[in-house]
Amino acid sequence: MDSFITLFVDDEEEFLATVLKRMKKRNLEVVGANSGEEALAVLKSHHVDVVVLDVRMPGMDGIQTLREIKREFPLVEVVMLTGHANMEVAVEGMELGAFDYLMKPVEIDELLYKLQDAYKKKSIQEEKIKQINTLKK
Amino acid sequence: MEDSRYKKLQRVYIVLILLVSFTPLFLLGGIMYYQVAKTYRIKIEEQIRYRAISQTDSIDLFLKERTAILAAIADTVNFDQILDEKNLLKIFEIINLRAGAFVDLGVIDQAGQHRAYVGPYELRGLNYFQQPWFSEVMTKGVYISDVFTGFRASPHFIIAIRRQEDKNCWILRTTIDPDIFGGIVRSAQIGKTGDAFIVNKEGTYQTTPRFYGNILGKTDIDPSKFGGLTTVNEEINSQGEKRLTAGRWLKNKTWLLIISQDVSEEMGGLLQTRNQEIAIILVGSILIILTTVITTRLTVAKLEEADTRMNELNAKLLQSDKLAALGKMAAGVAHEINNPLAVILQKTGWMEDLLEDEALKNSKEIVEYRASLKKIEEHVERARKVVHNMLGYARKMEPRLEDVDINETLRQTISMLENYARLNSIEVKTILSPDIPIIASDQSQLQQVFLNIISNAIDATGRDGLIEVKSAVGETTIDVMIADNGPGIQEEQQKRIFDPFFTTKQTGKGTGLGLWITYNIVEKLGGSISFNSEVGRGTTFTVKIPNAPPTEK
Repeated sequence: MDSFITLFVDDEEEFLATVLKRMKKRNLEVVGANSGEEALAVLKSHHVDVVVLDVRMPGMDGIQTLREIKREFPLVEVVMLTGHANMEVAVEGMELGAFDYLMKPVEIDELLYKLQDAYKKKSIQEEKIKQINTLKK
Repeated sequence: MEDSRYKKLQRVYIVLILLVSFTPLFLLGGIMYYQVAKTYRIKIEEQIRYRAISQTDSIDLFLKERTAILAAIADTVNFDQILDEKNLLKIFEIINLRAGAFVDLGVIDQAGQHRAYVGPYELRGLNYFQQPWFSEVMTKGVYISDVFTGFRASPHFIIAIRRQEDKNCWILRTTIDPDIFGGIVRSAQIGKTGDAFIVNKEGTYQTTPRFYGNILGKTDIDPSKFGGLTTVNEEINSQGEKRLTAGRWLKNKTWLLIISQDVSEEMGGLLQTRNQEIAIILVGSILIILTTVITTRLTVAKLEEADTRMNELNAKLLQSDKLAALGKMAAGVAHEINNPLAVILQKTGWMEDLLEDEALKNSKEIVEYRASLKKIEEHVERARKVVHNMLGYARKMEPRLEDVDINETLRQTISMLENYARLNSIEVKTILSPDIPIIASDQSQLQQVFLNIISNAIDATGRDGLIEVKSAVGETTIDVMIADNGPGIQEEQQKRIFDPFFTTKQTGKGTGLGLWITYNIVEKLGGSISFNSEVGRGTTFTVKIPNAPPTEK
């Protein structure tokens, strides 16, 4: 499988750092952001394929961030990370175009599979866009 | 304490109402009786006074008539004519025919010698010179004697008239029939106890009284007490009877007519009135007391009931307020715990990742490390479950309304617990009403409710128990009763069993969230949950679910 870049967004620094470390150990290209605002800045300067987004964050929360991402980078896939209490938020996220949601605390392997699925979807979509573009020419 | 407060209130009410009712009743009754008695007394006094007056008048008239007849004869005949007993007899017969009541007629000369006589006694030739009345009539001219026995030895009185004929002086004397005279006097006797008689100034009976005494006997009435006009007194006679007595002197001022009447007979009408009044007041009082006691009891009972209901409602509100606050707090705590748990899990995951490194893989203690990490993960998982439960049920969750068959839900729930019950050799008996309608509710949440209560019951009962699950149609609810014959809930624990984290189970065996969650679900479904527990006999939980008809599709 092609390598892809994942952006992890979580306000819990320890959590973020550890997840990044574990992903790197599994040979995944990852970047991290502490808040929604920071995530949008990273997206502007880096190429990112998939975003893992915590919904409960101070400042710009998950849903707002998701909305911004989908507006500015519609091709980027987003996986929501929610607490159990935020099922409604998860549903809202799905309606706003998130790829899927995972419940915290999450198994690292489950997360890995989900990321690969998300990237696959993104690749297929990019492939389709390429084809349309070729047809246009 | 509460009880005596209501009892006291009841007593105060009763005493107040009775006081307010009885005071005017008795006052009115008393005053009215007093007034009636006074009027009545005046009336009977007037009556007896009037009778005395009219009776003396008729007696006076009787005596005046007889005196006048005698005087007329004495004035029209002369001594020689009257001495002829044939003439005397003729006069006697005429006056007895015209007026009556004359027993005899006699002529006495100035020496006191009885010269001529007609009548039933042999009085001719007797000399009256020594008799006290003889000098009396000689000086006064007209004389009516007191009753005396005289020569004939039987009580009688006489009327005597003196005739002055030139130098000669003679007396015409007659005896009045005591029976006729007594009869006139007695005609004033009225009723069973009425008496009428005449006494003289010395208190000697001049006619035979009806009761206790004889003619010429002494009376215990003191004549000096009776004045010039008619006097009415109340006397108590020798027999101890209260008698109302009216006395009036005759015109000759020597005889006193007494009319008396037993007070109790005269007052009989009043007595009857008094008894009627007492009876009415008595019946009224009993009715007032009964009505007061009954209505007061009812009112106080109603009040007590309302208070009890109010207290129950307050207790319920307090309970739901407390649980809501606890729920909010628990949810907040759960959120805050969730994040550190996630970090811990990532850290242990990272450590496990690192243990895969070749260098560490060969370490002696690698097994111990791995085991410890697994334990940490296990306990994080345990904590996570608690948080999961709390967040799961504390969050705002609208129940999904669907068609629910309560009986079916109960059967499903029981079948889920069948193995668990069998392991503990507990019998689960179902008595399900066939009339339970399909209602609009949330099946999975109801299942959760029944599951929690029944599994609690199984845990509480221990071994060889019996659990009874009943369903019934209530007024506006479907009622599900789950009864066990376990040890029951201690009284001090009963207040807390719906509190989150309250458990009687061993640490690690229960989270203490089951009944709290159950309570919240039932509240959200618009129902209510209650229980009744008796230590040593078991516990019954009652869940009332609103009987809402399913929506039309």
